[in-house]
Amino acid sequence: MTPQGVVLIAVYFGLLLLLTKPMGLFLNRVFSGQRTLLHPVLRPVEKLIYRLGGVREDVEQRWTQYSASLIAFSLASFVVAYLLQRLQGRLPLNPQGFGTAVMTPDLAFNTAVSFVTNTNWQAYTGEATLSYLVQMAALTVQNFVSAAAGVAVAVAVVRGFARQQAHSIGNFWVDLTRGVLYVFLPLSLAGALFLCSRGVIQNFHPYEHVRTVEGAEQVIPQGPVASQEAIKMIGTNGGGFFNANSSHPFENPTPLTNFVQMLMIFLIPAGLTYTFGAMVGDTRQGWALFAAMSILFLAGVFIAYPAEQAGTPALQKAGIETAAGPAQPGGNMEGKEVRFGIAASALFAVITTDASCGAVNSMHDSYTPLGGLVPLFNIQLGEVVFGGTGAGLYGMLLFAILAVFIAGLMVGRTPEYLGKKIEQKEVKMAMLALIAAAASILVFAGLTAAVSFAKGSYWNPPGAAVANLNNGGPHGLGEILYAFSSATGNNGSAFAGINANTPWYNLTTGFAMLIGRFLFIIPMLAAAGSLAAKKKVPATSGTFPTHGGLFVGLLIGTVIIVGALTFFPALALGPIVEHFLLRDGKLFSFLMMATGVSL
Amino acid sequence: MMTSISTSPVQVGETELVPKRLVRARPLFDPEIVRRAVKESFLKLNPATLARNPVMFVVEVGAGVTSVLLIRDALRGASGLGFPLQIAVWLWFTVLFANFAEAMAEARGKAQADTLRKTRSDSVANRILANGKIEAVPASRLRAGDTVLCSAGDIIPGDGDVVEGIATVDESVITGESAPVIRESGGDRSAVTGGTRVLSDQIRVAITSNPGETFLDRMIALVEGAERQKTPNEIALNILIAGLTLIFLLAVVTLEPFAAYSVSSSGSGAVPSVAVLVALLVCLIPTTIGGLLSAIGIAGMDRVMQHNVLAMSGRAVEASGDVNTLLLDKTGTITLGNRQAVEFLPVEGVTTAELADAAQLSSLADETPEGRSVVVLAKDKYGLRSREVAERDAHFLPFSAYTRMSGVDLNGRRLRKGATEAIANFVREEGGSLPEGFFELSDRIARAGGTPLAVADCSRVLGVIHLKDIVKGGMKERIGQLRAMGIRTVMITGDNPLTAAAIAAEAGVDDFLAQATPKDKLEYIKREQGEGRLVAMTGDGTNDAPALAQADVGLAMNTGTSAAKEAGNMVDLDSNPTKLIEVVAIGKQLLITRGALTTFSIANDVAKYFAIIPAMFAATYPALSHLNIMRLHTPQSAVLAAVVFNALIIIALVPLALRGVHYRPQGAASMLRRNLLIYGLGGILAPFPGIWLLDQLLVALRLA
Repeated sequence: MTPQGVVLIAVYFGLLLLLTKPMGLFLNRVFSGQRTLLHPVLRPVEKLIYRLGGVREDVEQRWTQYSASLIAFSLASFVVAYLLQRLQGRLPLNPQGFGTAVMTPDLAFNTAVSFVTNTNWQAYTGEATLSYLVQMAALTVQNFVSAAAGVAVAVAVVRGFARQQAHSIGNFWVDLTRGVLYVFLPLSLAGALFLCSRGVIQNFHPYEHVRTVEGAEQVIPQGPVASQEAIKMIGTNGGGFFNANSSHPFENPTPLTNFVQMLMIFLIPAGLTYTFGAMVGDTRQGWALFAAMSILFLAGVFIAYPAEQAGTPALQKAGIETAAGPAQPGGNMEGKEVRFGIAASALFAVITTDASCGAVNSMHDSYTPLGGLVPLFNIQLGEVVFGGTGAGLYGMLLFAILAVFIAGLMVGRTPEYLGKKIEQKEVKMAMLALIAAAASILVFAGLTAAVSFAKGSYWNPPGAAVANLNNGGPHGLGEILYAFSSATGNNGSAFAGINANTPWYNLTTGFAMLIGRFLFIIPMLAAAGSLAAKKKVPATSGTFPTHGGLFVGLLIGTVIIVGALTFFPALALGPIVEHFLLRDGKLFSFLMMATGVSL
Repeated sequence: MMTSISTSPVQVGETELVPKRLVRARPLFDPEIVRRAVKESFLKLNPATLARNPVMFVVEVGAGVTSVLLIRDALRGASGLGFPLQIAVWLWFTVLFANFAEAMAEARGKAQADTLRKTRSDSVANRILANGKIEAVPASRLRAGDTVLCSAGDIIPGDGDVVEGIATVDESVITGESAPVIRESGGDRSAVTGGTRVLSDQIRVAITSNPGETFLDRMIALVEGAERQKTPNEIALNILIAGLTLIFLLAVVTLEPFAAYSVSSSGSGAVPSVAVLVALLVCLIPTTIGGLLSAIGIAGMDRVMQHNVLAMSGRAVEASGDVNTLLLDKTGTITLGNRQAVEFLPVEGVTTAELADAAQLSSLADETPEGRSVVVLAKDKYGLRSREVAERDAHFLPFSAYTRMSGVDLNGRRLRKGATEAIANFVREEGGSLPEGFFELSDRIARAGGTPLAVADCSRVLGVIHLKDIVKGGMKERIGQLRAMGIRTVMITGDNPLTAAAIAAEAGVDDFLAQATPKDKLEYIKREQGEGRLVAMTGDGTNDAPALAQADVGLAMNTGTSAAKEAGNMVDLDSNPTKLIEVVAIGKQLLITRGALTTFSIANDVAKYFAIIPAMFAATYPALSHLNIMRLHTPQSAVLAAVVFNALIIIALVPLALRGVHYRPQGAASMLRRNLLIYGLGGILAPFPGIWLLDQLLVALRLA
């Protein structure tokens, strides 16, 4: 590690800490319907939306109605996004004339699901397949609403803890509208303006053809980038305008924009921890979650960053200088941008996978095994380290429920969290969500490792599904695991290294995204409904305190142990063995595989 | 309100401390019980019964599959079957050990039920017909509503209430206590239990239960566990461990394609055999808690039973751990059952000696502890010898609830003692007037937590006796412990608020309910519950029944009425209300034991991964031996050691499951810290040396 790197990380975390409370207070005001600075301008718009949509602001919903509204909204969003892609050839704002052929039904399905679920897994290449209209009306719109839907769910789940003997947990349409209007639009506007000022492009021009210094001709894609870029970060969406995502100079031109983009990712998830505390009437509870998240975050950073800075032993053995010096960053620079360097890349990688953002400013596939294990494991933990907007909070609350249930018994009482007894229903729902996520990752990855296709198969080019990998050996397995972890966790970043645009991968990752989103949200809303109906047991000295260091430690332990126990066998054959092999000096190259069953 | 005064007939308090002698206690590993449990362990292998326990069912299926494959390979004449054979054997042992734990817990109850059954003989009942004639019928033909006559030597044929007469009854069948108890018609000691024996006198009993539904029947069913239903927390925990089992099943099943990929990719080694995959699965799923969970619950019920408390359901025991508010009757629970005279306070113009003399005279025939204490105080303090009652031409008036006084008419003197108001009325009726300072005197005693007992001679008030409630020794400390555990104690008393406040302060309770009527109690419970608290209380009278039913934990006294026993969800056979505190502790211990073993079980997995994963892929990826931090000898010895450890830990923890983890009343935070350290951190660390040792042993014995 270099001093600059450590300072960068420290400054980043310090700023995040400073922003958490103001952001949390603001979110609390917005979702409890209190006045904010933005009210004079936005309140009339909000009222108009309710009038147009026939929403009654003061009528709340039970958890079933809340879930039904969310599903109905997501389904409608999916249909619109799917049709816009399939019909892009006949629609305006398409200067490159991208047709329908490139957006196959399976790719359009995958992409629509991807943006509706706040995943932003990109099996397409933006600049080579999508019109400006699709990018803006389908993808950017979903970036706003899917992020706001996540926050809405989190707020509804927190209401379950905050209320007592209540039947309702809020109104989805109101929460969604307020999220978009008061939180995501203003922040994105500010963010986009800032990014534009630092050089991110925003135009509708056709792609430019330029002649390079060497005399070759190069096509430079253009587009309304800044507007998508801001919400891509703030909404923890992560879907880049360009395939290269935040490593592309038009998306993320300078170290400053890089730093701000990293802050944008964690801004709302961190703020929500404070909002949680404020809503349940004890801000210490929120800070406890913040502390647990921070420790997991910093642990990830201080594993990945040193691993990347250390570089690969094979290169060292070959006599290549890998130490950092005034003239070079040292370490493992493969797949990283020179303008960011190792610290800002590793930090970005950890942040984007802690949160379910999935934007990347470097190639995770090119990380050292240990450096790559951190992002992968972050996703597999359920992206609860700050996590996606809303998703991180309700994910962490799931682990809080489990931690309290398992260990809380050891104080000799039916476990309670925030005065709510954790009983059959809550445990059942938490386990359901956990099983759904684990099953999605393991089963799809297992199938992919096993299947093989006949010649002329619709699903995939002939041969094993693993033949789509660029790498063999444990790294290849890591790529598969990463793909399905990323899809299930609604992260959207990729190890890459897979040709994932085939019907097999598009459909399996598509379903993984749906499972990861809805089979997590619905059980959590069900748990919230059950919790809201309960009385609050007053805290006594017999109550296990959930705001102290003991609880923070317990929560971290639960997150890590549950994650590790579920995925250790698979990870052992992937990045873990790869790490040991690398240490022992054994390298893997591309290997064609011919195993598995035929479909 | 009726201020309960010295001669009140309702006194609970023959036993003042929880008897240390536990009549039903048996050694943990009683040879007969162990024999029975071993036999049961095999019977419980029946998959139909095992299916109720998802974790152990998975182990059994795994053991079955491994065995079938083993036999197939043996028939094919394959070699090197020693390893899968050992795996299969240990998997079967894992199931057997879990069965054994459950069977041990059950066997203790069953042995007890057998003893109870032996005492239940089909007696003959003397049924009283409508015309007053008596017919002899078998007890099994009695129905609720019948009336029977029971004389000395008879076994009472069924549960009922005494409607006429008084008798001494041997209830040792139920309570284990050999000293006879008195049962009489009316009041709160009217309930009799079928199967108990009348020792003297004759009573008429109205039968209240049908055959097969008697207290003894229910007791047998309860201790036997026949009616055992899973408690809410047990169900929730079962969901958790079943869910974890499913997750591990997914992890192990999908490991097969990942392994196939890795083998083909690295070009060496082989995909792990089914036996090894099953071994990994069994090691990962929470077999420790899965195997011991039901044993913990049954043992908890059993522990309550060993305290001579009969819990009507496991739910009640579990709820007692959750109790937030404890309603304790003042008399007999917080204070000794009887108040004692500590001082004579004469009114002006009367000497203390005169008052003492009158007080003693009026109390000579008063056999209540209060009455006796007056006699004793007069003797000790003023040298007044106790006079022989029979020598005198005295007419004694016993206490009546109507007059609220007792006394003696002697040589023209009309001595009375009783409640201040009652004495005041008496004196006025006699034509006297109340002296200055009389009411002030009583108030002063009441404010100090005492009970004033006024004494008068005809129209003349002599003074007031200070009766003091004696708070039981150690009560304050116990209430302090309860507070540390987060439990509020509320003292219930019929006393006036002043007296109540003083005793409450002395005993250190958090709140008190003075001049409490049964309705007040019920309201208080409802209010507490409305605020989300769980409430426990004791009671014995019929008028306690609504409150007992409303409370989350209602501990009825065995001496109480059948209405009270019906309404509560626990019955204390010793009729000792202080025992409510023990019951709460047992409930907590039950939950702690569950949590501790769950945590331990999950934490154990960490070490097992380090043993099995490198072993499984030793040939495919030798580099994974970096994970073999225990330096286990061979892949086979590593897998076997983990499986053996997994099986042995169940049997090793059986005593803990049956006894419950060590429990000391303390605050939640420090208790959790301590238990997390022992069962969480301990659970992570303990298997490392354990597996290492087993590996050494297996290799030394040439088993692997």
